[in-house]
Amino acid sequence: MDLYEYQGKQFFAQYGIPVSAGGATADVDEAVTIAEKAGYPVVVKAQVQVGGRGKAGGIKLAENADEVRLHAGNILGMDIKGHRVDIIWVEHASDIAEEYYASFTLDRSAKKHLGMLSAQGGVEIETVAETDPDAIAKIWIDPVDGLDEATARAWVKAANLNPAAEDGAVDILTKLYTAYTEGDADLAEINPLILTPDGRVHALDAKVTLDGNSVFRHPEYEQYEASQVRDERETAAHEKGLQYVGLEGSVGVIANGAGLAMSTVDVVNQVGGKPANFLDIGGGANAAVMAGALEVINNDPAVRSIFINIFGGITRGEEVANGILGALERVTIDSPIVIRLDGTNADEGRAILKPHLSDKLQMAPTMLEAARVAVELAKR
Amino acid sequence: MSIFVDENTKVIYQGLTGSQGRMYGLLNRAYGTKVVGGTNPKKAGTDVDGVPVFGSVKDAVAATGATASCIFIPAPGVKDAIMEAAEGGITFIVAITEGVPAHDEAWFFNKLKRDFPHVRLLGPNCPGIISPGKCNIGITAGHIAKPGGPVGIVSRSGTLTYQALYELQQNGIGVTTCVGIGGDPVPGTSFIDCLAAFQADPETKAVMMFGEIGGSAEEEAAAFIKANMDKPVVSYIAGVTAPAGKKMGHAGAIVSGGKGTAKAKMEALADAGVKVGNNPTEAGDLMAEIVAKL
Repeated sequence: MDLYEYQGKQFFAQYGIPVSAGGATADVDEAVTIAEKAGYPVVVKAQVQVGGRGKAGGIKLAENADEVRLHAGNILGMDIKGHRVDIIWVEHASDIAEEYYASFTLDRSAKKHLGMLSAQGGVEIETVAETDPDAIAKIWIDPVDGLDEATARAWVKAANLNPAAEDGAVDILTKLYTAYTEGDADLAEINPLILTPDGRVHALDAKVTLDGNSVFRHPEYEQYEASQVRDERETAAHEKGLQYVGLEGSVGVIANGAGLAMSTVDVVNQVGGKPANFLDIGGGANAAVMAGALEVINNDPAVRSIFINIFGGITRGEEVANGILGALERVTIDSPIVIRLDGTNADEGRAILKPHLSDKLQMAPTMLEAARVAVELAKR
Repeated sequence: MSIFVDENTKVIYQGLTGSQGRMYGLLNRAYGTKVVGGTNPKKAGTDVDGVPVFGSVKDAVAATGATASCIFIPAPGVKDAIMEAAEGGITFIVAITEGVPAHDEAWFFNKLKRDFPHVRLLGPNCPGIISPGKCNIGITAGHIAKPGGPVGIVSRSGTLTYQALYELQQNGIGVTTCVGIGGDPVPGTSFIDCLAAFQADPETKAVMMFGEIGGSAEEEAAAFIKANMDKPVVSYIAGVTAPAGKKMGHAGAIVSGGKGTAKAKMEALADAGVKVGNNPTEAGDLMAEIVAKL
């Protein structure tokens, strides 16, 4: 789950990480109220989950109420790379002496937590990594040990931050690690982490991705789940508990298992088609789940044909076939369907489907052949 | 021979009394797996269709001599269940459960490595392991696997693991062991662990490896193959056409920052001498060509 900047800052604040005084709003008048409380000058920042909002005019400095009104009015509703700005964050503008970068993420290769700290902040860390890799001080933290203050201090020294920032940076990094681990974050990034002329260190931005698997111990994360950026199709699928990713093509894809669904998308592309989506209905394939999946696909106006690719493992072919037929009784499907059914009791399953086959419901013996037929139908 | 599990492996099921644990525990027993017990602290002394239930892993191990455990505990309890298994004397832990937080996975991976280096964890979020004709631990449908070798399979994703077994069965090719390592960010057992075991197993003559986008496990496997393997390897990588930044179902399956693409993985594997198929069927056919020449 990706958090907006304002959510990330609220998340950081819970762990005692200093952030600028400010607030989030969707309303111009309220923006002024927040600005008055935070103290001028303020920065009005578009809340979108996409980079480059500053260049797009989504971040503006305001010296007084009229300027807040002007900028807030302009930024709310603005389109930044296809993302509409519904919320702005207004905070007291900070004086900046230096800009740093700090983050924690999981290094899947090392199977340890990776901390990155750089005296070159304010730019994309990937850019620093390419142009000046030595400017990033990295540490790998064993999750069993955690991060102690002495290690954090040595790390800060290794990154060559201004000595005036040392104590503040050590404090923030240990708190950031706590936020990252206790908060079950996939990524906790501060860029820039700033040193002010009067010697304070604080987080000027917040990029946080939370692990959706951890909601059971963080029930408050439901609110972030609700504010995830999804297109209409993805929202509908998500409400049905389906793993769905919207794509740009015309062949609707339904498969059981993430790997097989990915593979199905690949095969459709390989035979010259364009998949409309990735949809994993999970290991089983009962009528209720199948009906939900077909409904989501059917509501996508771009879909011209549907490819159902099921490999029965424990779920037997008869169950899959009855699931598909049951689903077709519940929803009327506009596009022709091609089914590939393999695995446990596939023959029995195919026998159940056979009497129902027509131009609108076809069956193919292999994944490749089914993909060819589906792509052909989508072109008609 | 086979790797990690065989006809002598005694298995207990943590969560045997739950619906999933019961279903798969009994299916595994019906396949021929030595299912010797289950655990549930509240139901010690009862049984599940004749399989005795113990109050703890320690008790189960003491009574049965089990060396393997299969975990069907819901995600919030997996961390404790894995540690209980390791502390109770289990040396091969299969965690089927999906939805385990990545921070838990990173923690118990390192904890096991430090305090229980002799313990192997498979998963979480994996279909399990099957040495066809001998032992099936997990949720794989046993009859899609042809016993006897000469091919070993290692795969990240569940249904693609079945697809791999099925492609070989269609070609009349047997399997020594098929390991589903799972699609999560920190799998307990890696491609490399399995490749090394297959390389050392005299009955495995070739290896089929199915990967997917995200992370760098396939690239690391390619480097391992290049340096350490003389047995032929065939591979397939799912997600060639997956868009960047979109999580494709698995927590680990995401192309981010230009890393983890299928293309990079396929190139690394090809560079290591691996035959790379563009889809599962093509991979099966490539393996059939290799097996025909063995």
